[in-house]
Amino acid sequence: MSSSVETLQGPVTVAVRDLTRRFGARTALDRVSFELHAGEVVGIIGPNGAGKTTLLSILAGVLEPSGGEVVRDPGKRFGWVPQEPALYSKLSVAENLRLFARLERVPDPEAATNAMLAQTGLEDRAGEEVGRLSGGNQQRVNIAIGLLSEPPALLLDEPSASLDPRQRERLWEFIGGLAVRGTTIVFSTHNVGEAERYAGRVLVLGDGELLFTGTPAELERTVNPEHAHPGDFESAFVRFLHERGH
Amino acid sequence: MRWLLIKDLQILRRSPLLVALLVIYPVAIALMIGFALSSPPGKPTVAVYDAVPTGKGKVSIGNQRIDIAHYANELFASINAIRVGSRAEAIAMVRSGQAEAALIIPADIVGQINSLITQGVGNPTVELVLNTRDPLERQFAQQAISSRANQVEQAVAKQVLAVAATDLQRVLNGGTLEFLGQNIPLLGLKNTRAIVQGTIASLPVSSPLKPALRQVVAFASLAIGGLGFATPVLQSIGSPLTIQQVQLAGKTTPTASYAAAIAVIVSLMFVGVLLAAGLLALERSENAYSRLVRGLVSPGTLLSEKIVISAAGAAAVTLLMSAFVSLFVHLDWARFPLWVAALGLGGLAFGALGVAIGGLAREVSVASLMAFVLTLPIAFVALVPGDAVSGTLRSILDAVAFVFPFRAALQAVSNAFSGASPGIGWPLVHLAVLALVFGALARLAMRRFA
Repeated sequence: MSSSVETLQGPVTVAVRDLTRRFGARTALDRVSFELHAGEVVGIIGPNGAGKTTLLSILAGVLEPSGGEVVRDPGKRFGWVPQEPALYSKLSVAENLRLFARLERVPDPEAATNAMLAQTGLEDRAGEEVGRLSGGNQQRVNIAIGLLSEPPALLLDEPSASLDPRQRERLWEFIGGLAVRGTTIVFSTHNVGEAERYAGRVLVLGDGELLFTGTPAELERTVNPEHAHPGDFESAFVRFLHERGH
Repeated sequence: MRWLLIKDLQILRRSPLLVALLVIYPVAIALMIGFALSSPPGKPTVAVYDAVPTGKGKVSIGNQRIDIAHYANELFASINAIRVGSRAEAIAMVRSGQAEAALIIPADIVGQINSLITQGVGNPTVELVLNTRDPLERQFAQQAISSRANQVEQAVAKQVLAVAATDLQRVLNGGTLEFLGQNIPLLGLKNTRAIVQGTIASLPVSSPLKPALRQVVAFASLAIGGLGFATPVLQSIGSPLTIQQVQLAGKTTPTASYAAAIAVIVSLMFVGVLLAAGLLALERSENAYSRLVRGLVSPGTLLSEKIVISAAGAAAVTLLMSAFVSLFVHLDWARFPLWVAALGLGGLAFGALGVAIGGLAREVSVASLMAFVLTLPIAFVALVPGDAVSGTLRSILDAVAFVFPFRAALQAVSNAFSGASPGIGWPLVHLAVLALVFGALARLAMRRFA
């Protein structure tokens, strides 16, 4: 995979309009609007408490929004990869995949399971209990479950947080391959370097507000050149947040 | 729901330690409770020093002789008596823990009793030495000896009263009195009155003796009336109160069968609640809940699956347990369909309580701990006898027992086992309602999951 993923302006997969979520008196998301396109890789970045996980949870259908709407094809559920592997540690890799394939009502659960085992390279560990796998392999199963129903979009919450550099590299290769095949990829991350490297577009959230949407290069250009180091996306991002009071 | 059930069974199959703990631990506790409740209380070990010389243990009352040894044997039937040779030896046994108490009967006990009976003087006393270190043992020994001592006391009193009543009859009606080996005739008040009345009749009309003799007759009549009334009164003191028992509740549960029902319900509660709470908390601790409820499975279906699997597991374990217990305690196998109904609905109610607890916990260990902490007091509250407390406290305990499934399940199962009153219908309805209520509470608790 190259150092950045191209932005494919395919058809709109999802349109988010004035999305708002409140937890009691606290507003976690405040009238956020954007669109996602097929084959696009979008990174959601922002400081802690910015609303990244809340936004992904609403897109995944785990959380209900307090206001606004998410417009998408109602017949297709998005793939969801939570930050912590959502797997049954006492079941084997194949049993986990088979269970979720059945719950997803995939037409041929056995074929889907085998396809995912092949895609994740875990065929030889299919019978092993998930609890005995490394963190990286658990994350691969976690992602594979999100892909079982061949969703139009895959939502990943901090997908590389528990991985070592080598596992991280393999993960992004895998995700890049999905995007090339037309799957919309949306991921949240604290690692802005990762967002710069792998996302075609970034959404910057701060205190629940959408502060920016565009390519990493465009974000760098919005910062006063006197205060940013050319080519240093992380310092540009920090400066960007500072200039906007975050 | 089918795939979730299969998944949970697979997980349980691969957690043999957890399953063993879930099944063996409650069954062991339940069996211990059952045996403890159904076993008769043991006898306390008591060191007995009887200083009364052999053959000198009889009290003479009028013509009758009461053998104190006869009553002592009755007392010894209630205890494990270890006869010792001295007071010091008896006390030493208590101090060393070999005996829970020592009973010391003084040598002059017969003389003391005789003095009380014949002269109304004295207070016959035996000495009871108790181990003061263990309050439970002390109470146990004290109760065993006191209750039997009261029976002996009543029996002696009855004998004394019987002798007194016989003597009184003799004073009234006459008879013979044994004195120094000779039978002395006693005239009696009634005969005396008849003789005096005959004498009055034979005297001249103007005899100056007549008024005095009439006073004697009047006194005799008064004494006959009064003493004639005293006899049944004396007899009634011997047995002042007869308790006639009338069962208003219809057929009662045999004690052993009730103990078995308690043991079974304790197991049903532990397996049902722990399994449901643990399996629901597992969905959260494995982070699978958010993945499941985003359209794959509704929260209601997930809850129902946990309730059903825990109820089925708890009912299966307790049905097997009931069959095993029926080898020792009579349980009515003809009512087996009612066993299944009672344990099934009880399992559903406990399962629903379990998911309500599991809905509050994020970790399986926390859910299990909460399940233990909450269910044990519920069981104890439900087992407190209604008459043991009164007033507001009783109302509170009744209310607590009503809103949790233990008491209703116990009523249903004890009826199923023996056909005891009250009937099984209302407890089953009660359990069904509780299952719905706790299921609804669990649904509310699960909102926190998201």
